[in-house]
Amino acid sequence: MRKPFADVVLSLCDHNDWFFLTGDLGFMALEEVQSAFGDRFINAGVAEQNMVGVAAGLARESQKVIVYSIAPFCYARPFEQIRNDLCMAKLPVCLVGNGGGYAYGHMGPTHHALEDCAAMNALGVRVLVPAFDDDIQSMLTDLDAPTYLRLGYDARPSGENVSPYAPWREVLPGCNGAIAALGPLAGLAWQAMQGQPEASRPSVWAVCEFSDAAIPARFLDQIKEYPLYVLEEHVAQGGLGMNLAHSLISRGITPTHFIHRPALGYPSGRYGSQAFHRTQCGLDVSSIRTMVTSI
Amino acid sequence: MQSFQNTLQKAKLRLLQLHYEVQSGHIGGNFSCIDALMTLHHCVMGADDRFVLSKGHSAGALYVTLWSLDLLSDDDLQTFTQDNSLLPGHPSGSGIPGLLFATGSLGHGPSLAAGLALAARHKGSEHRVFCLCSDGEWQEGSCWEALTFAIHQRLENLTILIDQNGLQGFGRTVDVISCGDITPRITAFGADVCKVNGHDPKAIVEAISAPSKGTLRIIVLDTVKACSLHFENQLESHYLPLSEVDYMKARKRLEQGDGK
Repeated sequence: MRKPFADVVLSLCDHNDWFFLTGDLGFMALEEVQSAFGDRFINAGVAEQNMVGVAAGLARESQKVIVYSIAPFCYARPFEQIRNDLCMAKLPVCLVGNGGGYAYGHMGPTHHALEDCAAMNALGVRVLVPAFDDDIQSMLTDLDAPTYLRLGYDARPSGENVSPYAPWREVLPGCNGAIAALGPLAGLAWQAMQGQPEASRPSVWAVCEFSDAAIPARFLDQIKEYPLYVLEEHVAQGGLGMNLAHSLISRGITPTHFIHRPALGYPSGRYGSQAFHRTQCGLDVSSIRTMVTSI
Repeated sequence: MQSFQNTLQKAKLRLLQLHYEVQSGHIGGNFSCIDALMTLHHCVMGADDRFVLSKGHSAGALYVTLWSLDLLSDDDLQTFTQDNSLLPGHPSGSGIPGLLFATGSLGHGPSLAAGLALAARHKGSEHRVFCLCSDGEWQEGSCWEALTFAIHQRLENLTILIDQNGLQGFGRTVDVISCGDITPRITAFGADVCKVNGHDPKAIVEAISAPSKGTLRIIVLDTVKACSLHFENQLESHYLPLSEVDYMKARKRLEQGDGK
């Protein structure tokens, strides 16, 4: 999603109150942004704590700021700056973490971000996990509070179009429960269920925000007395599954099954590509299909 | 200047009372920077200038400075560190004009101030940005991140003052990190650095007013922890609240002008 993200950012460059800060990342992706933003594009260097503090200072003077790095360096290293400098002052800064989950697979575990959404949610940061390239436009144009944008890869089935952005979207109908998939995993779930009969498959929902209020009534109707599957490339603690379970309990809604597939870390002690790690967690197309048919 | 000296003495007495009444610690670090805070706010800063208290544990000195400018009332000060207050022991960054950020965890202020200065330059604003740090605070790596950033950005509208009293929470800086004077280290990074007596208002004003060298200015304030009090330059002044005996003794000393 780097390229579509850069395209959206380029559309903002004429707004003189937008700054773009990067922690020395963006080679072969942000050059056009750099050129278009001029002195409002700042390579803050390999110094994420300072970058977030500077962003807070800019935002305190009514500037809107995008802070860009790869996901783990974006939220973990400057955690206290996010907490104290951004959140306590409720400043409009968008932290953009490229490559959430296992996206930087071969680079190793230091470059993975498996608990980012929970950490940011806990601080009151608005967490956005686009499922598809087209989602980014809507997410960036409405910046009025600390925000975390977790970029991944659009994995929708080839040739498919998606409906306009909403925090929850049903991307594939079904009559046997529902799959709630966080961000890009919606594309994989869509691929897995696409060829299955509609009468026997669950619907597939792309979930891009954690807000309890955003859960649609149609989704809740679909899981009453039917199975619920939750897929997320994120640890269980504080992730979509736990949040959703809390929401359902609060509403007194009970699905027949609650199948949760989160990121499991490194269960084999081995490392590899994003696809390797997803498979280890049962988050690949084949495993998703098996998960559903086994109920 | 005599008028300011009178105001300064009143502020010191009020600061002493403030900390004694609520039995708040950090009296030493507050008295090492009260001269600079008062000088900055009364003799240097304009209405549009920005200030960041990076050493948030000196909130009491800042609150009293704002009180001396009639920006806080006596009633406000009565709430210091109490329930339902806007004046916690470290600034919250909300509810008080001029307090822009929640500070208290060290090492945040220089970056925040750099962002403010960058925004001012971008908007073509003439206002200046001031930030007050402690010396122990510069053990935080983020300060050096901010320093290299501000130098690279040539933020000449930014002045960082460092209250170098030589004492930190659990020892002397020279014993903790072999750094009795931070000046050479900061100079080596390429900042415009000068060192002055941090208890001399005239010297502080002159240092801030010196012609710009086109980059940020660092002013190392040579200070004494708990300056003017009978227990100055002692580690105990970092955390311990005042006993009644100590309070009366310190008050008498301040009233008699025995302090520096």
